[in-house]
Amino acid sequence: MGVGIEVQNLNAWYGSNHTLQDICLNISANQATALIGPSGCGKSTFVRCINRMHETNPIARVTGTVRIGDVDIYKDAKPVEIRRRVGMVFQRPNPFPTMSIYDNVAAGLKLNGYSNRRALDEIVEKSLRNSALWDEVKDDLRKKSGASLSGGQQQRLCIARALAVDPEVLLMDEPASALDPVSTSKIEDLIFQLKAQYTIVIVTHNMQQAARVAEQTGFFLNGRMVEFDTTHKIFTNPSDKRTEDYITGRFG
Amino acid sequence: MRSDLFPIRSRARKLTDYAVTSLAVLATLLVVAPLVGIFGYLVYKGASSLSLDFFLKGPKPVGESGGGMANAIAGSALVLGVASLIGIPLGIGGGIFLAEFGRGTKLATAVRFTADVLNGVPSIVMGLSIYALIVLPQKHFSAFAGGVALGIMMIPTVCRTSEEMLLMVPNAIREAALGIGVPNWRSVLSITLKTASPGIITGCMLAFARVAGETAPLLFTALGNSFWSTNLNEPIAALPLQIYVYALSPYDDWHRLAWAGALVLIILIVLAVSLVRFVTSRGVLKGAS
Repeated sequence: MGVGIEVQNLNAWYGSNHTLQDICLNISANQATALIGPSGCGKSTFVRCINRMHETNPIARVTGTVRIGDVDIYKDAKPVEIRRRVGMVFQRPNPFPTMSIYDNVAAGLKLNGYSNRRALDEIVEKSLRNSALWDEVKDDLRKKSGASLSGGQQQRLCIARALAVDPEVLLMDEPASALDPVSTSKIEDLIFQLKAQYTIVIVTHNMQQAARVAEQTGFFLNGRMVEFDTTHKIFTNPSDKRTEDYITGRFG
Repeated sequence: MRSDLFPIRSRARKLTDYAVTSLAVLATLLVVAPLVGIFGYLVYKGASSLSLDFFLKGPKPVGESGGGMANAIAGSALVLGVASLIGIPLGIGGGIFLAEFGRGTKLATAVRFTADVLNGVPSIVMGLSIYALIVLPQKHFSAFAGGVALGIMMIPTVCRTSEEMLLMVPNAIREAALGIGVPNWRSVLSITLKTASPGIITGCMLAFARVAGETAPLLFTALGNSFWSTNLNEPIAALPLQIYVYALSPYDDWHRLAWAGALVLIILIVLAVSLVRFVTSRGVLKGAS
């Protein structure tokens, strides 16, 4: 099951660049939350703070509190543990090129020392079914490399890889921006199904996509969160002028 | 395309195309020619002296005809084995440090600089250094000392190519591994290193092939040996040393053996490199990039 995320006074820097300023928001469990805003507004940095990927950059710094369920991720846990609870799907599909489809999905478990073969087989099948890729790849699980799939298939493979470690939250950083419309709609359908089991945070440049998949939407601008509300409210009756300007295409 | 900007003068274009292609082909031929020439000359001079005895027997005393280089082939294999055991792990380890853990640190800059300097150290100096550091304290020449000299010569090549190859692995792959909760050290060993492995293996092969033909570092370390030996603590024969001694001798018989030895040395290097390529390419999956 998914869990809620509570963010308080989150600030993030790249070197001297203050990329996130005093972000506060509550993300509800088992819903999809979309983050929109122009390029460079801090959406990606924000999701990277939720699974502590931000700090893998040597010049990056974070302050503030992020609670996932009842865990304060910057106080009570190690980054590695957090990243197993908070899966991430990146903008460009990034399967491990040297691994088979099977090993790509199993990587998170295998590389953490999990070796029960029968259980692995089950988890791989379940994850690939959940990412709607199973029927397309079930015959070449071990024969084909993850890199031999099409772009859309690779992205679903990456989703399966993230699901295999059984996270509670799934972060998606523009998961469909490098994909064609058919693959994009498959990913969106997938987000609908995955909501039942995971809390989903999706960064997107595509406002129709945000409107289609998300219950809640946050609008970021210049490192600040301008507005956070139900998707319906944001797209029909935003309370901030800047949000309205952005969604009507007046800038950004 | 606007035709006034790009006038269609197909004759001139075809001529240019033809000229550039010819230059490229010519350059390729010039690059390959010395290799083919050397190999052809070695076959011409050395093939006639090759026989089963060459691979099975040791050298005969001066004046007796026949004999072979079995001891030198075994010696080279042993010395190169020791060298690889030293040079490859240390080189790859250094490369991993430079590319993955030490990026941007002063230590990394120092290590990189040292490796480049080490790469430029003349091989005779390497031989003398090992002579002073290992042979003199031990008071005897040894196969081990020869292996150390060649191993140290392998380090900078292996180290720098490993670094380059690891840096070519896209950051997205590292992030993918970290993103599913794989610890950094594990990700480096199981993901990044594996992704870069074809290039790293090429680097190791280059280093191996380079030191396989080295004579100077062995002169004061392995020394050479006219008899069969596989003892790491004793002087040992090696193909380049044997070729060196035979080629400088006044005897026609030995000259022919030297040519044959040079031919065998090249063939063995090609075989070793091909074997490693074959073995390491079998694990690669279809469609992997």
